Amino acid sequence: MTVDEPGRAWVFGDDIDTDQITPSRFIVLSDPEELAEHAFNDLRPEFSEKVREGEFVVAGENFGGGSSREHAPLSLLGAGVDGVVAQSFARIFFRNAINLGLPLMICPEAHRIEDGDEITMDLDAGAVRNHETGERYDAEPLPEFLQELVDEGGLKPYTKRKLGTAEQS
Amino acid sequence: MTAKTITEKILSEKSGRDVTAGAYVEAIVDSMVTHDVTGPLAIEVFEDVTDEKSELPTADDIVFTLDHHAPADGVEAANNHNILREFAAEYGTHQYEINDGICHQVMIEEGFVEPGQLVIGADSHSTTYGGLGAFGTGVGSTDLGTTFATGELWFRVPETIRFEVQGDLPDGVYAKDLILKFIGDVGFDGATYKTAEYAGSAIRELPIHQRLVLANMAIEMGGKAGIVEPDERVETFLEDQATLDVSVDPDLASDDDATYEATYTYEGSDLAPQVSKPSNPENAVDVDDVVGTGIDQVFVGTCTNGRYEDIRVVADVLAGEQVAPGTRLIVVPASKSVYEKCLETGVLETLVEAGATFQSAGCGACAGYHQGVLGDDDVCLATANRNFPGREGSMDSQVYLGSPATAGATALYGEITDPRDLETTRYGDHVSADVGVVR
Repeated sequence: MTVDEPGRAWVFGDDIDTDQITPSRFIVLSDPEELAEHAFNDLRPEFSEKVREGEFVVAGENFGGGSSREHAPLSLLGAGVDGVVAQSFARIFFRNAINLGLPLMICPEAHRIEDGDEITMDLDAGAVRNHETGERYDAEPLPEFLQELVDEGGLKPYTKRKLGTAEQS
Repeated sequence: MTAKTITEKILSEKSGRDVTAGAYVEAIVDSMVTHDVTGPLAIEVFEDVTDEKSELPTADDIVFTLDHHAPADGVEAANNHNILREFAAEYGTHQYEINDGICHQVMIEEGFVEPGQLVIGADSHSTTYGGLGAFGTGVGSTDLGTTFATGELWFRVPETIRFEVQGDLPDGVYAKDLILKFIGDVGFDGATYKTAEYAGSAIRELPIHQRLVLANMAIEMGGKAGIVEPDERVETFLEDQATLDVSVDPDLASDDDATYEATYTYEGSDLAPQVSKPSNPENAVDVDDVVGTGIDQVFVGTCTNGRYEDIRVVADVLAGEQVAPGTRLIVVPASKSVYEKCLETGVLETLVEAGATFQSAGCGACAGYHQGVLGDDDVCLATANRNFPGREGSMDSQVYLGSPATAGATALYGEITDPRDLETTRYGDHVSADVGVVR
């Protein structure tokens, strides 16, 4: 799968933990769209208002550390984010994002992306393209199996297909 | 065949592929557990991915426990208990009741864990099963709920960090002291996504209840799993505790030339009792550094150190004595069977006479829900696994982590006390073979 429509990059720094993505006072919510209204609430209050479908979150090292709760990736999905590019991810965020069908790329050169740049994630080629500068950054493609999970929309749709309980529509 | 770690061998076996660290696999899960906090969510996921009420082929591999809020400490907890009970009644999953104990202790005592198995739990301390030579790891509710339906789950085969302890441990030094030392050395994220493998002659000599402590706290350095190669001690333990007849495959061990990401080596005789200062398990120091710190509450219990042998150490220290005035001692056995053994052996009587509050089996105050939460400025020494800010109550409370021997000595004097400083006779009692301490 290639996310081929360029979208705005929302750039964050290192060690953005789940409390910064979704402040813990909002974890009583579970609806992705409601959670999205509070995404990065304290860190970048304008994010939830201005983010549009098809945009990207870009971050430095260790994105998503902290809680094992699924609210953080849910809030990004609810905001319509097409994917997250980071220099590295915390384990539990990585697992939860894959399970929920949120595309991720590990990209050592993510720091070269400036806030507001138009980018695309080329998941098949393992690259992030910066349409602002014309640069191409190598990124680790997801292993085939995880790519399949993400393409299907996460672990629940994947399991439904395996079980034959997917809706026939 | 490529040389493999025990982790790589188990995940190869369970996925039917020949894999090493870094590979992604779908693997068959032998058993799985959830409790009154994470269980209702897992059930929701299961019901979402399955059509309608149907047979649950994995029902016999699924265990529900009521431990975090048990007996129910509020209406929400009571309702959650009922959600699990109703599901178990309908699908035939194993349901354990209030006072049956903490999920990990129940899994081990009831024979749901065997060497070489792959066991998951919707609880971060599911690493505990590595003490029996199984690969145990904590997962999310989406993971668990879908695994109810399919019996398998995806994993990334982790790299391994090896902790080797050679020689003999000094008196007063237990597995708890070792693991606090390891966490202090690598840091709270030092083993993130990796297996912590514990080896060396000192580890091989550890009785199973202490190996479980090492595996349990692997998560406190970010570990995906913690494991000790199984041996005949595991066979004997499972026969005695779980009436399981298991023979350990001699090949269920890391190959000599297996690849490790790092190896840390220790000489057992150099080690001292450890205490982790507030508010991170990685703040481990020799007990000398904190001796004399005033303590309001001593908490003995949890999936880390709530077993009979742990409580017995505390009872031996306090036999015929009183808990220091101004200090509270709270003891929470990890399971009903631990409770019963304390009752039969007089340990319960000794502790209650010494002034302890002895509670029903479960997680107790470990996660700050009930049964002894801390108030502002309270200072606690706990045999638990975490001491993050607010973990056991108020954000303004402080928790030190230590071994049961350190907890017992601290309860006696009301301040952090080096267990090696106790009277020789009393100390001699509690390092008896019965307690299983390595001399």
